[in-house]
Amino acid sequence: MTDQVDAYLEKDYAAGFTTDVESETLPPGLNEDVIRFISQKKGEPEWLLDWRLKAFNVWKEMSDPNWAQVNYPEINFQDVSYYSAPKSMEDKPKSLDEVDPELLETYEKLGIPLHEQAALAGVAVDAVFDSVSVATTFREKLAEAGVIFMPISEAVHEHPELVKKYLGSVVPQKDNFYSALNCAVFSDGSFVYIPKGVRCPMELSTYFRINEAKTGQFERTLIVADEGSHVSYLEGCTAPMRDENQLHAAVVELVALDNAEIKYSTVQNWYPGDKDGNGGIYNFVTKRGVCHTNAKISWTQVETGSAVTWKYPSCVLKGDNSVGEFYSVALTNNFQQADTGTKMIHLGKNTKSTIISKGISAGKSDQSYRGLVRMNPGAEGARNFTQCDSLLIGDKCGAHTFPYVESKNPSAVIEHEATTSKVSDDQMFLCQQRGIDPEKAISMIVNGFCREVFKELPMEFAVEAGKLLEVSLEGSVG
Amino acid sequence: MLSIKDLQAKVEDKDILKGLNIEVKPGEIHAIMGPNGSGKSTTGYVLSGREGYEVTGGSITLDGKDLLELEAEERAREGLFLAFQYPVEIPGVSNLEFLKASVDAVREHNGLEPYSTVDFMKLAREKCKSVNLDQAFLKRGVNEGFSGGEKKRNEILQMMLLEPKVCILDETDSGLDIDALQVVAEGVNALRSEERSFIVVTHYQRLLDYIVPDYVHVLADGKIVKSGGKELALELEEKGYGWIEEEVA
Repeated sequence: MTDQVDAYLEKDYAAGFTTDVESETLPPGLNEDVIRFISQKKGEPEWLLDWRLKAFNVWKEMSDPNWAQVNYPEINFQDVSYYSAPKSMEDKPKSLDEVDPELLETYEKLGIPLHEQAALAGVAVDAVFDSVSVATTFREKLAEAGVIFMPISEAVHEHPELVKKYLGSVVPQKDNFYSALNCAVFSDGSFVYIPKGVRCPMELSTYFRINEAKTGQFERTLIVADEGSHVSYLEGCTAPMRDENQLHAAVVELVALDNAEIKYSTVQNWYPGDKDGNGGIYNFVTKRGVCHTNAKISWTQVETGSAVTWKYPSCVLKGDNSVGEFYSVALTNNFQQADTGTKMIHLGKNTKSTIISKGISAGKSDQSYRGLVRMNPGAEGARNFTQCDSLLIGDKCGAHTFPYVESKNPSAVIEHEATTSKVSDDQMFLCQQRGIDPEKAISMIVNGFCREVFKELPMEFAVEAGKLLEVSLEGSVG
Repeated sequence: MLSIKDLQAKVEDKDILKGLNIEVKPGEIHAIMGPNGSGKSTTGYVLSGREGYEVTGGSITLDGKDLLELEAEERAREGLFLAFQYPVEIPGVSNLEFLKASVDAVREHNGLEPYSTVDFMKLAREKCKSVNLDQAFLKRGVNEGFSGGEKKRNEILQMMLLEPKVCILDETDSGLDIDALQVVAEGVNALRSEERSFIVVTHYQRLLDYIVPDYVHVLADGKIVKSGGKELALELEEKGYGWIEEEVA
């Protein structure tokens, strides 16, 4: 079967095209002037510039973390361009009609039509292209419900009190090397605020696209769900196929106030590099949410892209009875590497967390689950359940599990289950003997393995995720 | 129908089949019996084209078509079915999904449209009843947590849905109690027809009380060393395999 597996994993990366637009791109390099430039471009208030500069100074004192189970050449941060925006966005188009058709077409091709009449019913989209937000759909409709959904660069002007209050409140500037870098140079991203007691009437989503070469994307997402509110948010990501590696270092902060619920889903399909391991995105992301009393945050991620992924969406369960969930499918193929997992920090009483992680390794890829469950002294009666399963396809890939468990409260209960399995010759032969071809068989077996996670995704995206796995697996059987 | 001529095959450089000849006509049931290590299971795998089983000589044709030229899944679509001795589990893939993928693959091969989900549900439920399986079984993962008897009944269910031309039963009786054995045998007997043939591979005569063969072949050291009617199976039961091996030697 090894031969079959080897040959099946090759597939074109459908989102690999480039958009030919004239862009204003900063020359590579990082210094205070670059940060001032970005801040000035966005017309930011003084406090935000100061905040950025402070982060930059923190960052300069830090070094690239090396504890993850990934290998990549040292990144020269002076070789990266920190700002790139299509020139046509200079005049801040007021409506979709004023947006460069090339840009709209890009999203069209990616299956994300931005014209509201053509858009997926019930889903509002913020489309971020390199360093700027191109368009945000259904803003008016959402505003009727009191929901704020806009690029963070605009929110800084329109809702400064909210941004100032919550920005950096969950992921502090000095949290880690990449979050500090993001604080210094973040260019755009989405801002969401759901007022008290409101159930957001639509799915919200942000679609991130890196287009320009040699450019990094540093987006910042901030979602605040006020007391008793509810929101479901989805992000998607793609980039053109390029031979050099590109850096993506995002920060996502979620705030779920008392009795609020945030469901955050990610379908990450950054360019993974070619089958020989050239190019691809370095995806170094910090995602964290804080849950107040009775609040719930649920992270669901499907990670199929990127050359190197370093990502641990986490929950700080601050309030009593709050709930954190992490459902993850990570698939690596060819030379992809992923070190991903979560952190559940239990502070409040009777807090609960669930971690379901499904890792699939194929080709020559290497993958690690890294998760921390911490029960603080105040976490009376807290519970965690972790299930961590790895599936190997072929015999040249690797899977590793690094669970960290710290309990400082004797009443807390922590359960951990882990399995590693292979797509076996017997399974493949059973499928073939029943007339099913090997590609379909692999995809069926892998989808079955991921079922528990897929059922957590919003319906439209569950189907999408299944297809994405199929595409990403192509060439793993030969 | 199924014609096996001078078939030779090896597994990991070891010669297992050394010139196997069997001619199966439509509607016939052939039993292949033999001591452990005689090549019984290998025969099933070689016929169905499992990877790692290398054919080094001879031919297999089904209705004149050269099976050796076809991949395992293509042979299955041509109507060759292997019921496994130890059916494997596929966690998370529902039986229904698996059965539909399988049946649709065969239908597509025969130029038919795939079933609609609703129609297939109906069909699958109906067949479930006939092998005494609860409908809830369709929602469970393929063979996941099934008892030995359920696994074998699942094989018969698949056979019923795929309606193959030739069914090979690989030691289907192993691990079954007498009740489960009867259910399986009833399923097979219900599928008997003038067009459909069976090759029943077994170590013990017991199964042949329920599935009565037209011919019995004794396999030893990769060859058929003796053939006869159903009474040969009884003789084997009584005397063991030793006398044949002596007779041949």
